[in-house]
Amino acid sequence: MDQFLQQTLSGLANGAIYASLALAVVMIYQAIDHFNFAQGEMAMFSTFIAWQLIAWGAPYWVAFLVCLAISFIGGMAIERIIFAPIHDAPALSHVVVFIALTLIFNAMAGFTWEFTIKEFPSPFPAELPFKTTLIGPHELGIVGITLIMLGLIYVFFRFTPVGLAMRAAAASPDSALLVGISVKKMLGLGWGLAAAIGAVAGMMIAPVVFLEPNMMLGILLYGFAGAVVGGLTSPGGAVVGGFLMGVLENLAGAYVIGSELKLTFALVVIVTVLLFRPAGLFGRVVVQRV
Amino acid sequence: MTSIDTKSMAIPANPATTSVLFGVKLPTLKLAVTIIGVALALILPFSVESFTVFQLTQVLVYAIAVLGLNLLTGFNGQFSLGHSAFYALGAYTAAIMVDRYEIAFYWTILPAGVICFIGGFLFGLPALRLEGLFLALATFALAVATPQLLRYEHFEGFTGGVQGIDLFKPESPVGALGDDQWLYFVVLVCGVVLLVGARNLTQGRTGRAMMAIRDNPLAARTMGINTSLYKSVTFGVSGAYTGIAGALGAAVAEFVAPDSFTFFLSVWLLVGMVIGGLGSIPAAIVGGLFILYVPNISEALIAQFFGDDPSAKALIGVAFGCFLIFAVYVMPNGLAGFVRWFVVRYARPGV
Repeated sequence: MDQFLQQTLSGLANGAIYASLALAVVMIYQAIDHFNFAQGEMAMFSTFIAWQLIAWGAPYWVAFLVCLAISFIGGMAIERIIFAPIHDAPALSHVVVFIALTLIFNAMAGFTWEFTIKEFPSPFPAELPFKTTLIGPHELGIVGITLIMLGLIYVFFRFTPVGLAMRAAAASPDSALLVGISVKKMLGLGWGLAAAIGAVAGMMIAPVVFLEPNMMLGILLYGFAGAVVGGLTSPGGAVVGGFLMGVLENLAGAYVIGSELKLTFALVVIVTVLLFRPAGLFGRVVVQRV
Repeated sequence: MTSIDTKSMAIPANPATTSVLFGVKLPTLKLAVTIIGVALALILPFSVESFTVFQLTQVLVYAIAVLGLNLLTGFNGQFSLGHSAFYALGAYTAAIMVDRYEIAFYWTILPAGVICFIGGFLFGLPALRLEGLFLALATFALAVATPQLLRYEHFEGFTGGVQGIDLFKPESPVGALGDDQWLYFVVLVCGVVLLVGARNLTQGRTGRAMMAIRDNPLAARTMGINTSLYKSVTFGVSGAYTGIAGALGAAVAEFVAPDSFTFFLSVWLLVGMVIGGLGSIPAAIVGGLFILYVPNISEALIAQFFGDDPSAKALIGVAFGCFLIFAVYVMPNGLAGFVRWFVVRYARPGV
């Protein structure tokens, strides 16, 4: 029983990361109807920026916030410079550009910081104030930070005018434009937010998996799986899906398939959900007018 | 909503066969280019050193794989980021047959193709329900999961686990040809057969059906095309092409291991296809040349500027990425599209 609880709780910690990435993926999907295959590498690059700041002597939380700001601006820049000009291009062009970004970020990180594995510090105390063997301090910290972040995002979208405008721009760009919302700005803002959310995920997972240019590929796959399970049209669903994938991953790893086939597990989940319930658990079915 | 619009990428009809470019009739020009190409392919292996022959063989292997991907994406409008999986399946099929069952290499090429056809067909069946982006996502997952599957301990008896399987180049039965040259010609023959096969496939009734599905799936279905069948069969054929490339590639590299077949292999194939040109068959050769030589050239350039710093090699990825974005912005139909544009722009109607 103890082991079961342990696996579930540490699954929640991983799930928090997947939930963040899933949310970032869904935000961009909502805004431009495309999957951001570069989300993982963007997060990795942000994490390297934070690492560099810390290496230069910045305190952790300063580096954390500066990294968020840089990622936010970087995300907006990517939207404006790279994606705005091809907004109406066919889907393949988008996929190709996302892949190109993946390559560029991966290679830039490798060039700047080399491919050797780096340690990334955890901001949380080494020991918990109370005694438990069920969950480690960093894992608890991941869940806490993610929940705080998700709470802030919820409040932002639910209660602020800008959040409302962003939702309007994503749901119905034409109508939003007619009531005076700058859809372009909202798109940029969405990209910035997605990049920042990814950066948090990257900085939280880096102490666990170690920092290196290829660290995010498998994690992104789980993020996608979370987004698909929860439903690509539902940000809340994506978060739930992310947590669910984390727990499922750990339980399946511990009791069913062993740790060696984790990525295959994600593949099976993605294909199964897309086949039998393409809208996911919480998504709405999109009907296409012919 | 996410239906693929490759219409803008469709091939404009060839200008009338009587058009004249550089004072030569177009069909004559085309024939001349083909003859020069074939002559080069036949003469080159005798005039360069064996390492270059090895590289050229690898170019052909990539070209076949790119051709397979192009049949799927360029002609049928289905995305795949997972072709490294089919390449790996073909390579491992050949390697296991040679290594465990001691079958001569030549007899493994066809089975590799058949197994990958079945694999592609089976993956294509669920893919029928996945349109556009969702297919890209599913195949992305396939590519990411592949190395892990190959490493899986319960398959280790077959796959050799992390170590992979060592192979040997087939020995040349012809005294005049070295082993490298022999393998080059084996791959060349396979490549030409597959190229002609792809050309015939796409120019006939089947090809028109494939392209109709790409341009407008709904209209294609209304015209009585069995879209499900065509889409899965195209996936199968595409997988078979890439699998054969994998089998040949295994012999060229003399080695298969899980880490040779990562997601990035899929990316290279995609790069080759986009740069060469979607929906063009000869473009596959351009793609193959690009995948092999651009990294080499960039590596040499980088070595000049940055010295022997190993991490400087990463800049190749940046170069590839920039080429891709450049292609999407400036030449969405790749080099083939550029050539087509050039011909349309400068060819004059003849007499």
